[in-house]
Amino acid sequence: MTEIDVLIIGGGPAGLAAAIAAHEAGCRKVLLLEREPALGGILRQCIHAGFGMHVFKEDLTGPEYAHRFVQQFHALGLSAQCNTMVLSVTPDREVTTVSPTFGLQRFRAKAVVLAMGCRERTRGALRVPGWRPAGIYPAGLAQRFMNLDGWMPGRRVVILGSGDIGLIMARRMTLEGAQVLACVELMPFSSGLTRNVVQCLDDYDIPLLLSHTVIDIHGRERLEAVTIAQVDDQRRPLPGTEQRLACDTLLLSVGLIPENELSRAAGVGISAITCGPLVDESLQTSVPGIFACGNVLHVHDLVDHVTVESEEAGRQAARYAQEGQQARGSDIRVRDGAGVRGLVPQTVCAARVTDGVPLMFRPSAVFKDAAAVVRIDGEEVLRKRSRIMTPGEMVRLVVPKDTLERHAGTAELTVEVES
Amino acid sequence: MSEQTLTCIGCPMGCRLRVTLEDGQVTAVDGAACGRGAVYARQECVCPTRHISTLARVRGRREPLSVKTAQPIPKAMIFACVEEIHRTCVTPPVKIGDVIVENVCGTGVDVVATMEIEAAE
Repeated sequence: MTEIDVLIIGGGPAGLAAAIAAHEAGCRKVLLLEREPALGGILRQCIHAGFGMHVFKEDLTGPEYAHRFVQQFHALGLSAQCNTMVLSVTPDREVTTVSPTFGLQRFRAKAVVLAMGCRERTRGALRVPGWRPAGIYPAGLAQRFMNLDGWMPGRRVVILGSGDIGLIMARRMTLEGAQVLACVELMPFSSGLTRNVVQCLDDYDIPLLLSHTVIDIHGRERLEAVTIAQVDDQRRPLPGTEQRLACDTLLLSVGLIPENELSRAAGVGISAITCGPLVDESLQTSVPGIFACGNVLHVHDLVDHVTVESEEAGRQAARYAQEGQQARGSDIRVRDGAGVRGLVPQTVCAARVTDGVPLMFRPSAVFKDAAAVVRIDGEEVLRKRSRIMTPGEMVRLVVPKDTLERHAGTAELTVEVES
Repeated sequence: MSEQTLTCIGCPMGCRLRVTLEDGQVTAVDGAACGRGAVYARQECVCPTRHISTLARVRGRREPLSVKTAQPIPKAMIFACVEEIHRTCVTPPVKIGDVIVENVCGTGVDVVATMEIEAAE
């Protein structure tokens, strides 16, 4: 059994930022475990630009953004063990791993940071009828095949779902010589950024078919065609609108799910809305000494926000490793109000906050000329106006420390979108 | 005089902009909810440019090298530039920022590596 101060599971942007912050907070026995052969996580395959505008005030590609943190990680003398799969985490923070180099290993950590990221929803989650041929991939998997492994997933492509990964892949497939026939979106609006709709679809004359979906899949060995149809406002296919599109590849960009198998087995309470751990203002889960950050906690849009959140988790984990569990005052419960989904954190202890507490959520629909309003026990404490709020862009509001201190001993904080 | 419509990318509003052009110059922009619309329309209608990311081949291995244009290139040159990059074959070692294609397609813009590859053993 190896004793560790702060053990971090996952070597993507969340894990790297948490490890660096834990080290900077004075912890010297920090270990990061990564399943892949290299650090960097999903950023390694995101070769497009758009990363780092907040953290570095520069427009970087994914590998460049990751590289900066990997370099800093090594420059600080931090250690990572790649090719290492975590098999289990216990509530008293015993971590069991397996790797080709070291075989089975056991660690005991004073604090654990969960930074495993998220997974893509697959065809199985959508229940699309039809045959089960080769050629149907989650968009991020196709991105990996193409950008990291050097395989071309197909030549005639239909994309189901207009999440950002799907939009980015529409452009990537086009630039590498494929023909992208359409991007098909069930909802009446795209869940991706406007910039991506314009620069990944419009630039290449790829139609975005809103209120459409795939209703059948054809082909026995390899995908041969999909049938698409328009849907009504109940999202039911409209008879008579079916079209058959001959294609060899169907990419799915239909949502991401935090990867919490290890967290659940450790007894960590999971939110039914974010699908990530329930956390307090220090990003500590329901199991003392286990913290969570990045996409395993809730799916982010911007890696910059992941970095900022994970630095806080790393600092808090370091503090826990050094000082143990702090005495807690009473918790304020954080509750989603109208128009708000998936607030993180779910509880705030006013007596323990050392700084303002960021609240993050997604609007439940598109709202124009709206305001996000924070109330504590019914009293309005913060209001942020916005010309537009969409489910595709996470909203981040920082509740100042003195506001929380003034309301110590209250029961409930709500956030609502008013329009 | 000609008209063009485009979607502003300044924010998620995605304002539909109606742009009036005379002799290739923007004379009016309608439909923008804020000042960013007109700025974007002027750039986009007169000289649209894009940053491009793609892959270059690497001698001795299947896994490609990710690259990007160091500055934006004219939108009309995207496919020509990508073709030139695809014809390139890089020999490791490669550092981030190494120039992979100089002055791609005569645009005056270099293509640089965005990842590192160690020398082959």
